[in-house]
Amino acid sequence: MPLALEKIDIVAKRMVLAVQDYSIFCWQSVANLFRTPKYWGDVLQQADLIGVGSVPIVVLTGFFTGGVLALQSAQSLAQFGAQAYTGRFVSLSMIRELAPVLTGLMVSGRNAGGMASELGSMQVTEQIDAMRALGTDPMKKLVTPRMLSTVVMLFLLTIISDTLGTAGGAFVSVFINNQNGTQYFTSAYQALAYADIAQGLTKPLFFGFIIATIGCFFGMRTTGGTQGVGRSTTQAVVVSSILIIFVDFLLSRAMLWIFSGF
Amino acid sequence: MAYSVQFAHEPASAHGSSEPVVVFEHVSIGFNDLKVLKDVSFQVGPGETRILLGPAGVGKSVLLKLVNGLLRPDSGRILLFGEDITHMTERELFPLRTRTGMVFQEGALFDSLAVRDNVGYQLMERHKPVDEVDRRVRDSLRFVELEHTYDLLPASLSGGMRRRVAIARAIIDQPDLILYDSPTGGLDPITSTTIIELVVKERDVLGTPSLLVTHRLQDAFTMVTHRFDQTQNKMVPLPHGQINAKTSFLVLHDGKLIFDGTTAELITSQDPFIKEFLA
Ligand SMILES: Nc1ncnc2c1ncn2[C@@H]1O[C@H](COP(=O)(O)OP(=O)(O)O)[C@@H](O)[C@H]1O
Ligand SMILES: [Mg+2]
Repeated sequence: MPLALEKIDIVAKRMVLAVQDYSIFCWQSVANLFRTPKYWGDVLQQADLIGVGSVPIVVLTGFFTGGVLALQSAQSLAQFGAQAYTGRFVSLSMIRELAPVLTGLMVSGRNAGGMASELGSMQVTEQIDAMRALGTDPMKKLVTPRMLSTVVMLFLLTIISDTLGTAGGAFVSVFINNQNGTQYFTSAYQALAYADIAQGLTKPLFFGFIIATIGCFFGMRTTGGTQGVGRSTTQAVVVSSILIIFVDFLLSRAMLWIFSGF
Repeated sequence: MAYSVQFAHEPASAHGSSEPVVVFEHVSIGFNDLKVLKDVSFQVGPGETRILLGPAGVGKSVLLKLVNGLLRPDSGRILLFGEDITHMTERELFPLRTRTGMVFQEGALFDSLAVRDNVGYQLMERHKPVDEVDRRVRDSLRFVELEHTYDLLPASLSGGMRRRVAIARAIIDQPDLILYDSPTGGLDPITSTTIIELVVKERDVLGTPSLLVTHRLQDAFTMVTHRFDQTQNKMVPLPHGQINAKTSFLVLHDGKLIFDGTTAELITSQDPFIKEFLA
């Protein structure tokens, strides 16, 4: 079937080219951190938009995820007489996995899509070209500030999520499962090792980078008018979500190797 | 008139020598399998206004974007202000681009910025003092007679007003070349005339060389048969039989430049496509 093969050939070629373009795009977004001019105003504005704007959803997801972890684990742990370890279970799960990934996914849905649609509409209305014509590099003005502020803000949002998740677990343990609050917090606190925290706080740096670069990359490549903007937005959310989960796996594996040697 | 003093500068020929502002030598460009421009060569001389005619989708916008390096040719050579930009990096192009004013098809104003910040964008990028930016933005807006839109957002402007703000943004730093991409596209005839009046005013008052793209013949003929009268502050017809000698034509058809010459040559052309286009 020469036709189908030809198609696969073309699709594969496009994918390889896109990955290559994306790598260059990422490299430039980082390299611009060390080049002038710098747009600190845009960094702050984006930090406000991405960071402060995402606090409510991060607070809610964090709290209820911690709560549901306590709810689900209490019964299983009780079977082994280990109910006292609820705090430990909740805080470890939150800090190592759930807070970074869930916060990443939430912010991805909200901001990767937002960036793709904003930059996409700028692209199709020639605003990006206008910016270049006026002597401004859109990579420096639009992409690097978004990348920097997403990385910093996702880091902080993950800490909020960690805290709220532990609090949510405490709330459920104390008020629904009638456990001892001091016991919960002691076990939650004692469980934390340097490796867990390092792992939990490294992940959001990568996820933030993925969210911003994928959102901007799909936005800047938008073609085909308003319809194209919708397409880029969806693609950005899907691709960044999948990448977050995939990279989470890689990072978890790498951290296990770094901290425990296997 | 206020702006004629503030904008006062020598006609563009004084900036460089008498060398052409734009030179295209055998330029070709395509996207994927689509060949858009094939072997296009022409020049824009100092003080000249060149009108590029052609049907929709023929590659007029593409040609304009090649001039200031927003797109790169597949082959051929492009010179801007005497410098070969064909293989320049984006970074090397920026200083040349800031000497060029570009008016995009739909205006391409930044949605998120007020008119003042749109028009003053270049100056703000160069960290000019706030009061200087304010003053020059007002001068530029006065030129297009839209001073009252200073604080407005682009979304609250009509299509015609947006084009005028785009013109104000393009001319604020006294460019050495202006590129107009279909400045009257999609506008009603009356609004179109006000835009063409501004283009003529730019040509006759400031004397900047320009390349203007249009698919509307009407606009082109208004430009060659009118001049801007500064004492009356409006566009007036030239005496019967006279045409503007500095304004000449290019015609693009099917990716090729099929005409490059004066108004008289255009009208008397025997090319079947041009005859039909003019009909
Ligand atoms: N960036 C691009 N990518 C792919 N095709 C393009 C691009 N820009 C323009 N084209 C194609 O080039 C042709 C000419 O476009 P354009 O210059 O916008 O025409 P017009 O003469 O109406 O301004 C069109 O077929 C258009 O689809
Ligand atoms: Mg066009």
